Amino acid sequence: MRELLTGNYAIAEAVRLCRVQLVAAYPITPQTPIYERLSDWESQGRLGGVMMRMESEHSAMAACISASLTGVRVFTATSSQGLALMHEMLHFASGNRAPIVMACVNRALAVPWAFGSDQTDTLSQRDTGWIQFYCEDNQEALDTVIQAYRVSEEVLLPSMVVIDGFFTSHFLEPVEVPDQSLVDQFLPPVDIPRRFDVEDPRYVANVVSPPQYFHFRQRSFRDMERAKAVIQEVDQGFKEVFGRGYGLIEAVDVEDAEVVLVTSGSIASTARVAIRSLRDRGERAGLLKIKTFRPFPSKKVRHVLRGVPKVAVVDRNISMGKEGIFCQELKAALYALDARPAVFGYIAGLGGTDVSPGVLEEIVIATLRKDEPEDVPVWIPGD
Amino acid sequence: MREDQFRPGHYACPGCGVAIAMRLVLRALGKRVVVVVIPSCSAVIGGAYPNSAFSVPAFHSAFEIAAPTAAGIARALEILGQGDIPVVAFAGDGGTFDIGLQALSGAADRNENFIYVCLDNEAYMNTGIQSSSATPPLAWTTTTPSGRSGRKKQIMEIMAAHRIPYAATASIGYPQDLMEKVEKAKGIKGTRFIHVLTPCPTGWRMPESLTVKAAVLSVETKVFPLYEIEDGKRYRLTHIPKGLPVKEYLKIQGRYRHLSDGAVEAIQQEVDEAWDRLLGHVEAASKGGPRRN
Repeated sequence: MRELLTGNYAIAEAVRLCRVQLVAAYPITPQTPIYERLSDWESQGRLGGVMMRMESEHSAMAACISASLTGVRVFTATSSQGLALMHEMLHFASGNRAPIVMACVNRALAVPWAFGSDQTDTLSQRDTGWIQFYCEDNQEALDTVIQAYRVSEEVLLPSMVVIDGFFTSHFLEPVEVPDQSLVDQFLPPVDIPRRFDVEDPRYVANVVSPPQYFHFRQRSFRDMERAKAVIQEVDQGFKEVFGRGYGLIEAVDVEDAEVVLVTSGSIASTARVAIRSLRDRGERAGLLKIKTFRPFPSKKVRHVLRGVPKVAVVDRNISMGKEGIFCQELKAALYALDARPAVFGYIAGLGGTDVSPGVLEEIVIATLRKDEPEDVPVWIPGD
Repeated sequence: MREDQFRPGHYACPGCGVAIAMRLVLRALGKRVVVVVIPSCSAVIGGAYPNSAFSVPAFHSAFEIAAPTAAGIARALEILGQGDIPVVAFAGDGGTFDIGLQALSGAADRNENFIYVCLDNEAYMNTGIQSSSATPPLAWTTTTPSGRSGRKKQIMEIMAAHRIPYAATASIGYPQDLMEKVEKAKGIKGTRFIHVLTPCPTGWRMPESLTVKAAVLSVETKVFPLYEIEDGKRYRLTHIPKGLPVKEYLKIQGRYRHLSDGAVEAIQQEVDEAWDRLLGHVEAASKGGPRRN
């Protein structure tokens, strides 16, 4: 059924459709409406699972981990400071191989205090061992939550489904809410290891030797690599059932492009408009949307950008002392090419500043005019 | 004779009070139980991969989350139709009085369904005897080299203030009483809290042979009285202490070696006051709330 939903409510619909058995959550703007809607449904008897109203995000993730390891399907959602507070538990979740799915609604980290979208919160968790999906609109958010359970439960690694605060979380869009029967067909009832079995007692997560630690880490890495294929298979299967697919990345008009805009999240949807407008004016611009950030689809990225003369990366995030984080990752992926595109880094949209189609068009034009990228990114203040 | 679920060959120091307490608690709970341990002596004692001192499922969780970890398992077991399996969390005094207090308070407020056993050896013993808010006044630790200036946090009063269905103190010097309390806790739903004083020869600076004696003296000197609290208000003594001088308890422990007579007297006074306060609670309860049993 087609409904007018915010990104937050689209995610809540997905959680219900996935028959999540336990939600442990804590309020934080701009994620809170997910928590509230799930609570409404619980009180109406429509959720099908139980809610744990936690006293912190740290404890929310702790409960998600132990419940997941016991063998039930769990969900939580957070933003910004809440995600930062969870940091210790994020490593714990992935190390324990708990297939948790968490919605992360990007919000600027303090200080200064701010509430608008900024990906530095989730990208700061890059090395916690979580799969990360960046969604560009409300439909993709809903669909990705459903896909994420399939992926996580297959590779036994947790997933973050990331949307932009307010631009995606609070804006209404028409969203196709799939039938429960179709979701049930795509996502079978949970069948994950039950780690605390009184008939087969194990000591989970106890102390290991240095070589054992090395070995466990290597296994997680191997399964994170395997996730690349699993994500594509799941996406293909999703497309067959629901008619929509996303891929690890998506390339638009790149074949003959002189400049390819590389971006993620809601800026990707704005970029589609900018690219069309530039094409209409005869500028050969293309778009590469990076949806899956971990595992990073290096091979796909190289394949798409091979032979492209210039790339402009627009980052709504910043690593102080270096540059935008997608820009770093992209450069690292392209290094294996003999003839590498020139990569131009732009910082835009921090703290929820607007990145309009006009801003993106200016970025493309500026990139066309430049010969060499600078060592530091160009800052685009925006509105 | 009940079977031990805590195996020989564990990693505890000789004379460890924590190991005795874990053995008694698990013996009382039986085979169908899930154990949560957190960074503390109890986690180390459990052994290193791939060995385990537990013959029941156990999870080594993170330091400050014994309570929400146990809560998550209990909720999930309920969902899976295995709600009859109790979940027990073992946490040290640091993990309970200090870093885990917020999470414990949240879980107790929600009346999550688990048994929480605080194994209190009165300092961060696992990291080498650093002071916690469970370290008693004037006790030596490596971070209070001239004696702790603070007072021991009253964790039982804090838990009673949450009005959880069951809270009790217990001692390894009184194993029958300890196991009866665990069994009683097992029969109750909701958050159950058991505070066990677990003397630590290493940290208390005393011979390994004195662990149980120290536990007995802590009870008989009223330093650590044995009682239970139902629904946060019904206090009941489970053992009437002899009322030995506190000095008898202090003098066997090297951590009190530096105390002057005046300091011993000050501790005696504090213990007497705490006992009077406890008696006040017990008497108030016995004067008959309508629901007293």
